[in-house]
Amino acid sequence: MLKDSDRIYQNLYGQGDWRLSAARARGDWAGTAEIIARGRDALVEEMKASGMRGRGGAGFPTGMKWSFMPKTSDGRPSYLVINADESEPGTCKDRDIIRNEPHKLIEGALIAGFSLGANTAYIYIRGEYYNEAVRLQSAIDEAYEAGLLGKNAAGSGWDFDLVLHRGAGAYICGEESALLESLEGKKGMPRLKPPFPAAMGLYGCPTTVNNVETIAGVPTIMRRGAAWFAGLGRPKNSGTKVFSISGHVNTPCNVEEELGVPLKDLIEKHAGGVRGGWDNLQAIIPGGASMPILNKAMADVQLMDFDSLAAVRSGMGSGAIIVMDKSVDVVKAIWRLSKFFKHESCGQCTPCREGTGWMMRQMDRIVQNKASLADIALLEQVTTQVAGHTICAFGEASSWPIQGLMRAFGPEVRARATDCAAPQAAE
Amino acid sequence: MSPHIETFEFDEISEPKVAKAISHYPAGKQASAVKTLLDLAQRQVGRMTGIAWLPQPALDCVAKRLAIAPMRVYEIATFYTMFNLKPVGKYHLQVCTTTPCWLRGSDEVVSACKKASGIDHFGGSSADGLFTLTEVECMGACVAAPILQVNDDYYEDLDAAKTEALLEDLKAGKPQPPAGSLAGRQSSAPISGQTVLTDKAE
Repeated sequence: MLKDSDRIYQNLYGQGDWRLSAARARGDWAGTAEIIARGRDALVEEMKASGMRGRGGAGFPTGMKWSFMPKTSDGRPSYLVINADESEPGTCKDRDIIRNEPHKLIEGALIAGFSLGANTAYIYIRGEYYNEAVRLQSAIDEAYEAGLLGKNAAGSGWDFDLVLHRGAGAYICGEESALLESLEGKKGMPRLKPPFPAAMGLYGCPTTVNNVETIAGVPTIMRRGAAWFAGLGRPKNSGTKVFSISGHVNTPCNVEEELGVPLKDLIEKHAGGVRGGWDNLQAIIPGGASMPILNKAMADVQLMDFDSLAAVRSGMGSGAIIVMDKSVDVVKAIWRLSKFFKHESCGQCTPCREGTGWMMRQMDRIVQNKASLADIALLEQVTTQVAGHTICAFGEASSWPIQGLMRAFGPEVRARATDCAAPQAAE
Repeated sequence: MSPHIETFEFDEISEPKVAKAISHYPAGKQASAVKTLLDLAQRQVGRMTGIAWLPQPALDCVAKRLAIAPMRVYEIATFYTMFNLKPVGKYHLQVCTTTPCWLRGSDEVVSACKKASGIDHFGGSSADGLFTLTEVECMGACVAAPILQVNDDYYEDLDAAKTEALLEDLKAGKPQPPAGSLAGRQSSAPISGQTVLTDKAE
């Protein structure tokens, strides 16, 4: 288990104060100017060496992403955009960072902004996080008053402005190019890539979009060194991660642990175990709504990191663990996610706009025991016509939960069919 | 509860916030402020009439202020779920029923909302204009499920009894309680106490 001293978020639960003076006492904003004085290239290299992979869900190496930004400006400004549009069902980690550790995010924004050649950063926070936005704005205001933002931010010689931008209710805005569209004052409809944001992002300028947890981890990595971070976790899956454990556990919670932690340990040590005991476990969604579901046999031995989950055709995503005990109709649980995706499809691409509604209705028929085996097979086939055929990854996000259900609970699903010859042991 | 609003201009409370929002974006990119201005307009209508929604004159005012076509503003107002294009009750009850909340009993929260408010379907409002009930998708507070959002505030760790008590208090004219867990837990720590960071923050 991770030592308390190796946890980045010492105030994750808000047991201490969030304000600047308390944050400073916890070590935030210590020697920020010295970190920046190491120079842009050194910081990007440090980030690469740390092995940090984006904490928003895709797990792309952060240092590499940073290195895509132009070294010299062609006249266009560069931007850092921080994705705080936390909306993946099951996920509520950034919320705790924002409300309880806002200065880690703000200091991280400055260091990352400098590393990217950006004098301005925007934090795009989901609109529903009203109280969290008020808190974060207060922390930003404090930072400006203390000279940590603005001209010569934190005495670093770098001018840096940080603007909080509130969304207004749309899951799709967590997709980085939809987020940029939304930030420009448009509907949140994803853009075709390429061009990638590092070439043409916000207002057509070079832009890096990083998740809150990625950026908030930057100051600690720079202070303690890439080797410290890379020494935690597993190879190519380094560092710590804030996991959100929800659903049928005795004590749902957020907790920061090392990547590669066994799923069972995580649930038993921090979330009070599965309701009714581990043997009462039916299924776990390990990485937010779009990540394929695991059955108990899979969950028994699963490690929580990007590559271990990809190896079982699921994913760590945002680190949101949704636990279901044996009382749950697991088909209905996935149907509800299909309903979510149908509601949140932006409507731009036909396979997704039409497909999400169709998949939801077909899932509903299975829930109601009205689908035939052929219907179920057709549903599986249609998911493959949605995934990979849309501008953004929403096609995958809406298809994977159903594909995962078929893989992990195939017999149980087929037992619901109207023409299932021998109902298999599904309660 | 459908007050007719003929005209709309930002008032002296909104205006400094409008100007500040626009100043956050580069020259010529003022359209970036559209969501903020719509939110400010909705809140102002709420102050003026007790009902936070966006009548068309407010949409047109935002378009004019940002020098963009009204259609651009209508597109935004219809795309994002937080803009109320119809009047809502004084208390807008938004219940999350997505899987993590559903697993923890959001059906009971929905039933309790219906019972206490007298509303029989999502999208409906109570006869006294006090409540509107809306089903919403994941609100991002899943470890504190089930969640009910009342206006700006999240109420967490709910069950039927806590939900009903909350709404009965609002009906009795009591102010909204502080946002957060109604089971008394600290942020997203386990309700039984922290399993990590046990040597307390400095």
